[in-house]
Amino acid sequence: MRKILILLVLSLVVAVGSAQAAEKKMKVGFVYVSPVGDAGYSYAHDLGRQAIEALPNVEVKYLESVNEGADSERVFLNMARKKYDLIFGTSFGYMDPMLKTAKRFPHTVFMHCSGYKSSKNMGNYFGRMYQARYLSGMVAGAMTKSNVLGYVAAFPIPEVIRGINAFALGAQAVNPKAEVRVVWTKTWYDPAKEKEGAKSLLDVGADVIAQHQDSPGPQEAAQERGVYSIGYNTDMSQFAPKAHLVAPIWNWAPYYMEVLNSVKDGTWKAGSTWNGLAEGVVDLSPMGAMVPEAVKATVMARREEIKTGSYVVFGGPVLDQAGTVRLTAATPDDIDLLSMDWFVKGVIGTTE
Amino acid sequence: MDTQITGKMLDLTIRKRQESLKGTAALIYCGAVLFSLLLSAALLIFQGNSPVEGISLLLQGAFGSMYAIEDCLIKAVPIYLCSLGVAIAFRLQIWNIGAEGQFALGAIGATWVAISFPGLPSWAMIPLMMGAAFLLGGAWGVIPAILKLKMKANEIIVTLMLNYIAILILDYLVYGPWKASDSYGFPMTDEFSSAAIIGTIGETSLNWGLLICLLSGIVIYIFFKFTVMGFELKASGENVRAARYAGFPYARLVIISMLLSGAFAGWAGFVEASATLNRLQPTIMVGYGYTAIVVAWLARLNPFYIGISSFLLAGLRVGAENLQLELQVPAAFGDIMEGMILLTILAATFFIHYRFARRQRS
Repeated sequence: MRKILILLVLSLVVAVGSAQAAEKKMKVGFVYVSPVGDAGYSYAHDLGRQAIEALPNVEVKYLESVNEGADSERVFLNMARKKYDLIFGTSFGYMDPMLKTAKRFPHTVFMHCSGYKSSKNMGNYFGRMYQARYLSGMVAGAMTKSNVLGYVAAFPIPEVIRGINAFALGAQAVNPKAEVRVVWTKTWYDPAKEKEGAKSLLDVGADVIAQHQDSPGPQEAAQERGVYSIGYNTDMSQFAPKAHLVAPIWNWAPYYMEVLNSVKDGTWKAGSTWNGLAEGVVDLSPMGAMVPEAVKATVMARREEIKTGSYVVFGGPVLDQAGTVRLTAATPDDIDLLSMDWFVKGVIGTTE
Repeated sequence: MDTQITGKMLDLTIRKRQESLKGTAALIYCGAVLFSLLLSAALLIFQGNSPVEGISLLLQGAFGSMYAIEDCLIKAVPIYLCSLGVAIAFRLQIWNIGAEGQFALGAIGATWVAISFPGLPSWAMIPLMMGAAFLLGGAWGVIPAILKLKMKANEIIVTLMLNYIAILILDYLVYGPWKASDSYGFPMTDEFSSAAIIGTIGETSLNWGLLICLLSGIVIYIFFKFTVMGFELKASGENVRAARYAGFPYARLVIISMLLSGAFAGWAGFVEASATLNRLQPTIMVGYGYTAIVVAWLARLNPFYIGISSFLLAGLRVGAENLQLELQVPAAFGDIMEGMILLTILAATFFIHYRFARRQRS
């Protein structure tokens, strides 16, 4: 009788133990502001999500098209209630809702992309896309004949302004006569409107169209007029093979792996991460066949210099539109880049 | 009075029902919802998911726990207030589709008070914010009313256009003069002082905006049921010419209904800015003003039914989120389901008012 009892207890212990081991599966959630299938910003994050989904003992889910504000707060709350271990939110407007939720669920790790707030269990991260934009600007500056580059931009927020400035500096580095004309669409994803924006730039003589949006609308406009384009987020060459010179792209998979592993082994700490070309989170897509080898070589050489730190984008002196020196340091403070609300010399347009 | 509309081919005529359906109407509505759920189930099967699991995830996510019900109520608050507003104008057959803009102006008014007088105690702050939201939201409703009366401008066009203007004003303010100094250049105002934030009710995450909904609903019910003006408004809506012969002050009714209409949408903007965002930022605009129109129609403009349909629509959206998360179906799936449910209910409304009859051979 006693033997049986011991056996029973033992088997119970084993059963509970193995059940716990099986339950150790980590739950990870991603929240996106736009649909994944947009070939753009959320799509790039989702490629990173798919990479960690392939790992063992991880359950990864996502929710797309979640409005910023009240809706996102509910989504974060519900993920936390469902005992997700790690939650990524990839839109700026998720910052405050995520911070509120993080306070209520101190054992869940929150990661916010593109903002600036953090707490004990909430970190923020983004990529130095401006480095890749600078390189794409060099390509545009080398390829333009009219010296007018068009830039279809989303919203006048620092992230976008920084990208335009870096693009302009890159273009001027190879072509001092290049100017960048900007239109604001006030949209992240509106193919028709963004295409119209590109057309208005083509009408004022732009012969290379760059963009900071998630739709390939501007690419199509450039191809239809027989001029060049610069993509964004992912390689957009499939949408405009004849126009697409190059695209500054996101590559989130390695970073998401790193975060996941640090949460798993308990070494994760809240903080701000702003990686760039050196860490591989941003990069350039392959350049189109129309880009001459000499241009490719110049751009790739500069890419190496930025990677190793021997060249710094936004290293002073940097002049604004009025010609006033705004950045003097050889390596600018991140805070000045993160709050950038002015255009560099050679950009035509307003930041309002 | 039978009205023959179409039906030559099938030898059927559509006839207006003589008798009003009471119990049967509810049955038809339930049937419609059931039918749309069946359609959704078919879609789930098509995607390779279990329909039973899908629908139960939907219901669980919407109504399966206290949290879920709280979430639905929170989401229903702005929808309810906007919808109550448009329903007042619709009663008078004034087609106000400008709740979106009136909502924006309400949020702007409330924010102006909150950031201009941050030192006020909450007993002064909240009423002042509500007052400013009422006035600005209301004014945004009165403009199209005056244009309609004085210049015969179509209020559908004017209210719609004013929506775009309102959003541009909001953008101008948060990108410009009201931009917080510590926002790193991002478009948002300073966070409101705690006195300007409507608190939560007890231990729940519900905010006191719910009480505003409840009181507003009761006031509007009493207004239509027991006051002379409410009666005049209703009667004028049913027959404008008869009401004019009866000497009802039509112009005044139009202005008052649009004032109230805009004011309630403005309060919705106030609640969203104060309770959920704690500041003004462009993401406050998520289309409640347009959702409100559908909700008001489904509820046949009745304040009580508007409450129910706002809650159910909020539930549908919250539940669809749960369904998406658990089964990883695309976000468009939730929109498709919502569309199907609304369509079948609208179709059901047709059957409540009309019936098919065989054509009589003469």
